[in-house]
Amino acid sequence: MAEISMSAGRFRRLGETDRPSVEIEVDGEQVVALEGDSLLVAVLASGRTLRRSEFGDGDRSGFCLMGACQDCWMWTAEGGRVRACTTPVRAGLRLITQAMSEDLWPIPA
Amino acid sequence: MIIVGAGPAGMRAAEALAAAGIRPTVIDEGQLSGGQIYRRQPVNFTRRYEALYGADAKKARALHKAFNALQGRIDYRPETLAWNLRDDVLHIVTDGVAAALRFDALILATGATDRLAPIAGWTLPGCYSLGGAQIALKAQACSIGARPLFLGTGPLLYLLAYQYLKAGAPPAAVLDTAPFAAQVKALPDLAVRPGFLARGLMFRARLRAAGILIENGVEPLAIEGEGKVAAVRYRTAGGTERRIACDAVGMGFHLRSETQLADLAGCPFLFDAATGQWRPDADRDGRTPRAGIYVAGDGARLLGADAAEAAGRLAALAALTDRGMEVDMAEVARLRRRMERLDRFRRGLATAFPWPARLACAVADEVIVCRCEAITAGNIREAAVGKDAPELNRAKALSRIGMGRCQGRFCSSAAAEILAEARNVPLAEVGRLRGQAPIKPLSMATVKGERP
Repeated sequence: MAEISMSAGRFRRLGETDRPSVEIEVDGEQVVALEGDSLLVAVLASGRTLRRSEFGDGDRSGFCLMGACQDCWMWTAEGGRVRACTTPVRAGLRLITQAMSEDLWPIPA
Repeated sequence: MIIVGAGPAGMRAAEALAAAGIRPTVIDEGQLSGGQIYRRQPVNFTRRYEALYGADAKKARALHKAFNALQGRIDYRPETLAWNLRDDVLHIVTDGVAAALRFDALILATGATDRLAPIAGWTLPGCYSLGGAQIALKAQACSIGARPLFLGTGPLLYLLAYQYLKAGAPPAAVLDTAPFAAQVKALPDLAVRPGFLARGLMFRARLRAAGILIENGVEPLAIEGEGKVAAVRYRTAGGTERRIACDAVGMGFHLRSETQLADLAGCPFLFDAATGQWRPDADRDGRTPRAGIYVAGDGARLLGADAAEAAGRLAALAALTDRGMEVDMAEVARLRRRMERLDRFRRGLATAFPWPARLACAVADEVIVCRCEAITAGNIREAAVGKDAPELNRAKALSRIGMGRCQGRFCSSAAAEILAEARNVPLAEVGRLRGQAPIKPLSMATVKGERP
């Protein structure tokens, strides 16, 4: 079974690593997280970013972590939207870092 | 009676109402009660209170215990968003199911977020609010990077740097935009809470002893990197330009109140010139001019967690008094005295850690101010001058500043400064963004619930 990343991530785990692992999928790749992780932590600890800005200014990795800035939205393979900082990790979840259709969001001229 | 928020203010308000034999409904967006300062870790985490809350461990334990003891006597609804308020009806949504709750009295204990000013590069992955960097540590036992740099001003800047040091992630540097002289000037006001002041000095001393650079009076120039944070460039108080390598940034300039629900309730707002912020008008007990609406805690006035506990109780006692119930007036007097003392401390904090208005006005045209929709300072200036927007809501219509999904929470402080500067008018004159429902984004899949 794959091991959790301790050092390669954007976020670093400083403790509480003695938790059962949980596997999710991000853009089709397997990510190993720990039970009790938020989705934000699960994805950032694996070294990935959360999402690509719809306004063409690059990748984002969240900002406020308290559900206020909405800069950690991710999409599920089923087409749903999740706020990664307030959503706990769940085994088998399939996440996508980019909105499936750019038409879903107003792009200013 | 309904309470919105289950941080220190909301929790103590619930306790006071329950003690009077009332069964309040407590709406909490969090999964677990506690709010931000006394945020609880997930149930399968094992760190002790002392590790999580440091010198505040005793207070955190007491507060959590008091709220846990209310089980069965309050209607506690975690993971629930209060998204609208109209005609004495609060609209909520839990897990995609909406409901409308009528109320006789509503206590808004909605807390605060970090107050932000944009810096070039602040949308790079690896850049977080100071509050966010603290949540990573407290709620998830993570640091935001291997070599994080903390930037901004306010008591949280030093507390957080110290917490990271203690947790094994020593910061690359602590860069405070407030001049050291401001902190010295504030000493008499800060001294009304000697314990808090002593802790602040201790954080500084411990950071220095660990060899961590602390600079005061800096001017942040840019957060640099390609696809991730690599360095922070700034100008020292002496005018020298410096660059410090880091892989993450925590930034913030003290706090701003969450006031959207008070706004939707029709509460009048006052401008506080000392901080350049608007807050709902309320008497010393938290009563607003709107009958039945009370405000408490950092969502009303930024007095911190201790004051929030007192304010939550006071607002609950005010609501009970207004309903003709008898309350202990000696306790009310005691709580009011406590609030007055803490208000002096608040003024001290505003002096010690001033909002960097000049920095916000001077943001270069190409810098992104609105993280949601990449609206730049130049876009705001174009709305202000080219399109003649006299106040923030007009500037919003013309430039989309504050129109994004955070609804101006992280851009409006700076946007107001940029607009006022461009129009050459006092800050108060450009007003404030009106709260709009839903105050946070709702899913299109939200359905109406069967039962309130």
